[in-house]
Amino acid sequence: MSKERIKISEDLYDIMPSDYQDLVKSATYGKEDRGWKDIGNSKELIEQHSLCAGCPESMAFRYILASLPNPEDTVMVGSTGCTSLVFPMVAVHNIHSLFGNQNAIASGLKRALSVRFPGRTKDVVVLAGDGATVDIGLDMTLQAWFRQEKFTTICFDNELYANTGGQESGLMQKGFVAKMAPVGKLFDKVRLPEIARESGCHYVVQCTVSKPSLIEKVVRNAVMIAREIGPTYLQLYTPCILEIGKNSMEGLQEMRDSEKPTERFAYKEYISEPAKQLLAEVTAKDKEKKAAAKQLASQEA
Amino acid sequence: MTQYRVLPGPEHFLPPSAASMGICLPNPGEAHINGVIVPEEKAYEEAAKQFLMAKVPTIFPGPLVLWAWNEKAAKKATAVRHLYNTLKECAQPGQTPMLIPMPDYRPKYPKINPEVEINPNHPNLTIWHNKIDCCMFIGVHCHQANLSLKIIRGGTSCYTIAMCAQAGHEDAMLSFRDASVEKIMKLAEWVRKLKGTVQPRLTSAKSGASN
Ligand SMILES: Cc1ncc(C[n+]2csc(CCOP(=O)(O)OP(=O)(O)O)c2C)c(N)n1
Ligand code: SF4
Ligand SMILES: [Mg+2]
Repeated sequence: MSKERIKISEDLYDIMPSDYQDLVKSATYGKEDRGWKDIGNSKELIEQHSLCAGCPESMAFRYILASLPNPEDTVMVGSTGCTSLVFPMVAVHNIHSLFGNQNAIASGLKRALSVRFPGRTKDVVVLAGDGATVDIGLDMTLQAWFRQEKFTTICFDNELYANTGGQESGLMQKGFVAKMAPVGKLFDKVRLPEIARESGCHYVVQCTVSKPSLIEKVVRNAVMIAREIGPTYLQLYTPCILEIGKNSMEGLQEMRDSEKPTERFAYKEYISEPAKQLLAEVTAKDKEKKAAAKQLASQEA
Repeated sequence: MTQYRVLPGPEHFLPPSAASMGICLPNPGEAHINGVIVPEEKAYEEAAKQFLMAKVPTIFPGPLVLWAWNEKAAKKATAVRHLYNTLKECAQPGQTPMLIPMPDYRPKYPKINPEVEINPNHPNLTIWHNKIDCCMFIGVHCHQANLSLKIIRGGTSCYTIAMCAQAGHEDAMLSFRDASVEKIMKLAEWVRKLKGTVQPRLTSAKSGASN
């Protein structure tokens, strides 16, 4: 796998824009232990972004792309919203779906990939906003989970429709007033993590993107479990600093404040029994590998 | 038979697809010039002439040749380079052949750099910026080539050639089909053969579709 499949034709190498040359030279495709620590040491799979300066969605993108275990064999499915502006700059196969349809597209895609490439691991990861996941696409989101489709759904929860100027979303908190929702929300934030658990997701996490190591862990777990067992769901708080009136530098603090144990983005996790077993096996294998490497190193010394 | 001809533009905003105007694709061994089916040999001659006449003759290689995804692709890339080198060797003072890649089909935000690449969703930017008056597409997937060729015809006066690996393109002013290494090399040979027999179009400041 890996870089064998992304070679630029030698005779046209010099005319390729430098971002593509860099991807081939130093991106972490095929690296087994890839993760957030590669950021800064290797070419990232995101070139630049056109989000607002300081938007936490950009941090989330960087951590997720650094953590996908199998980026060269992953297809991401996006939906309309702020996230969709980033995908043209992402060096992982991706499909833009009609707003809300992302989990239906991903279902068909995942099934088609397993027929077309029976011997190869192909991961599918949906990445969409809360409006796409919880409101307009809720039918598709839930049906994919009911059917036990084997892919990961990631929701960038910024608690409103950011890309269209701030309308109310199902994941908005009660009482919140947005630019285009002046009355204030009358209902509670939809408890999608709990709904995901009840709908058949084998791994559900709600957290903020303040800690890259945590994002690495949950993304890897979610993708591995989806690959082997069934649907997984990550709900990541990526506050829309523009809509909540924060400066570019304040996104991180907003996430830290909101993830305190008593706050609405306190870490929440649900793992099904089969998924627990799989994670235990993966951990045991990792330990074995590390021990073997240590032994080899001591023999060589 | 249709009276419609696929000619350099600017035709108008949103020109019709040439197919919808009755232009047909060539059969194997044939090509089309301006929508009229001709023997392939005639198309080599005309394409070579257009290249030699142009102020900025340009080749736009797409992903199917930019990436060495199989041996054939890498060989085609070598042939593309050879054709470009031939254009340079045969260029007269004032002519500037270019080789500009189309590495991606996705519309790039906030914008592409027209000096180093062309994007099928707004190919006119690269054509205008570099004042390209004749270009050849090669290794671009058909649906993207069709889109792009139509935009070029709509908004620029650039002459378009398609070296298509499938059945050809109605929306190009000249289209080959079943492109192969041999066909690219043969076009280079024709350029060399006609060198000195064609008057370059160096006088018109507007030749590069700056309209
Ligand atoms: C079918 C359809 N309905 C409505 C829209 C308009 N629309 C574009 S983005 C958007 C809101 C996106 O909100 P969310 O999914 O939360 O993403 P965010 O921009 O907040 O990241 C809407 C309603 C659309 N593009 N397509
Ligand atoms: S509008 Fe909000 S969510 Fe969208 S890019 Fe700007 S800060 Fe981020
Ligand atoms: Mg949103």
